[in-house]
Amino acid sequence: MLNFSLSDDQIALRDMVRKFVQQDIIPNAAKFDESGEFPRDLINKAWEMGLMNIAIPEKFGGMGLGIIEDVVISEELGAGCLGMTTSIAVNTLALYPILIGGTEAQIEEFAVPFLSSPKLAAFCLTEPGSGSDAGSLSTMAKEEGDHFVVNGSKMWITNAGHAELFTVFCTTNKDLKTKGIICLVIPANTPGISLGKHENKLGQRCSDTRAVTLENVRVPKKNMIGKFGEGFKIAMRTLDRTRTPIAAGAVGAARSAMTYAKNYSKERKQFGQPIANFQAIQFMLADMAVNIESARLLCYKSAWLIDNGQEEQGGYFSALAKRHAADMAMEAATNAVQIYGGYGYTKEYPVEKIMRDVKLVQIYEGTSQIQRVVIARHLLKD
Amino acid sequence: MNILVLLKQVPDTETKIRITSDKKNIETADLKWIINPYDEFAIEEGLKTKERLKEGTVTVVTVGPTRTVEALRTAVAMGADNAIHVKVEETLDTYLVAKALAEVCKKEGAQIIFTGKQAIDDDQAATFGYLAELLQYPSVTLAVKCDVSVDKTKATIEQEGDSGAKSIIETSLPAVIAVTKGINTPRYASLPGIMKAKKKEIKTYSIADLGLGSETSKTIDSDYQLPPERAPGKKLTGDITTQVKELVRLLREEAKVI
Repeated sequence: MLNFSLSDDQIALRDMVRKFVQQDIIPNAAKFDESGEFPRDLINKAWEMGLMNIAIPEKFGGMGLGIIEDVVISEELGAGCLGMTTSIAVNTLALYPILIGGTEAQIEEFAVPFLSSPKLAAFCLTEPGSGSDAGSLSTMAKEEGDHFVVNGSKMWITNAGHAELFTVFCTTNKDLKTKGIICLVIPANTPGISLGKHENKLGQRCSDTRAVTLENVRVPKKNMIGKFGEGFKIAMRTLDRTRTPIAAGAVGAARSAMTYAKNYSKERKQFGQPIANFQAIQFMLADMAVNIESARLLCYKSAWLIDNGQEEQGGYFSALAKRHAADMAMEAATNAVQIYGGYGYTKEYPVEKIMRDVKLVQIYEGTSQIQRVVIARHLLKD
Repeated sequence: MNILVLLKQVPDTETKIRITSDKKNIETADLKWIINPYDEFAIEEGLKTKERLKEGTVTVVTVGPTRTVEALRTAVAMGADNAIHVKVEETLDTYLVAKALAEVCKKEGAQIIFTGKQAIDDDQAATFGYLAELLQYPSVTLAVKCDVSVDKTKATIEQEGDSGAKSIIETSLPAVIAVTKGINTPRYASLPGIMKAKKKEIKTYSIADLGLGSETSKTIDSDYQLPPERAPGKKLTGDITTQVKELVRLLREEAKVI
């Protein structure tokens, strides 16, 4: 029963994405990092290859694939550019609430159109005043006849400037805390929505990150996903599904950092020999290998659990996977820069970008500290 | 229109090649295999031709051992409609490969046949010529553009030589068109394509099925040798004037490029 191999299809998928990354992403990654420009053409290509929206069920014309396929895709994309990985992955994040909590009619109306053109969606949970404490969000949705009127602001919204649809979490009553949260699907062109500037970030610079402000935005009640008060649960179940692919992106980034550092250490000579001969370098490489392999296994296990219906256990494992993958990738990237020495600190070499990009994985979709809180809570609950 | 694309599975260009102890082949055990890059252009041209004509079927064909099915599935994942595998476990020479392909082309009623101008493993660039001869079809190589006429009876091909010289060739169809780099940019396989390819039934023939049971290869490979190690580069020393003089001398007398 225990089996560590990918299926033939998953291997074909991996090889296809790897080729795309080598031919199209790696040659362009530094350019987009430097300019911060949105890689629209590459995202369109990823869509054409079917790498986006893969979770939309077959009965709606989608592929109905699971987390494991997302993990395979994310690791390969992450090995090329985490900024592009994030931009490509966000549709899944924004559409999962609809797939998890929506009616068939809502899936048909809001999610299915993403299969016929390379449109983007954005997931709006975080606010200026609520990050790790997502349940304290204060964007307000007031009932007015058959509409909600929404007021508030959302922060660090990925793809906001290019999205045609927002999945927005709001509260109907702050006193109810998380039980007062609802999930609304709001088309981007709805009057009252305004976007902040493209944030000038340390890493993942080509991913589009903005504030989204909602002022008296009227949203039909039919756009509410799930029941009153189910919004927070839908958000958490969504993040349980996307956390693992995010972790896998970090595994890919760490894998690249290790490969670059390994190759460089065999070429770079000091004291009359390749620096790969020195134990100080070997130990750094060996630790990278151990961490990459173990993080990948955690990703696969978490994905497998969720794909096989063990959602709660899968959610716990996704926290293990993301905590480990994000932190180890940061260490791997930092050590890759260390192995390159002064050269690694310049933009002439690819490792400093990985270091800047991967830092974000310790922060977004639940910081490494929040993952530890989730893990500890699970351990201590009985 | 019945569009056939002939492809060959070759070792990945980044694979380290080793020769078997009897020197009659290369070690294939740990090799990573890819579709011959020139044949990828041919697949894309087959698909593009179908799209331009707004009708037709693209059938990909390969001759080789079981592993080559993977190359056919990749082509189906890119968009090919059908796949045919001529299954042989031993290595065949170009003559017998072309004979087998010719039989498949006849069975399928091929109206146009695309393939790469050569395979990057042995660089023979021979199969398309043998095949055209066996079928008594015209053949054009080094194609960088191929337009099939609306009535599908002829094709206009732009041919580009290594020097960049171009010629336009009009040929009747059926014909064998060997394509080269520059004709198109092959599309990637897609995830839905991969799912479709998994379910695709691949038609399989043996050499005997094709009526070639009594045929044998006419040539045999007997003594493979690795290319000699590349000589190390030269480092010029001295002041800048000396170095430039020496460089010019070397370019003129040794490299003979200026």
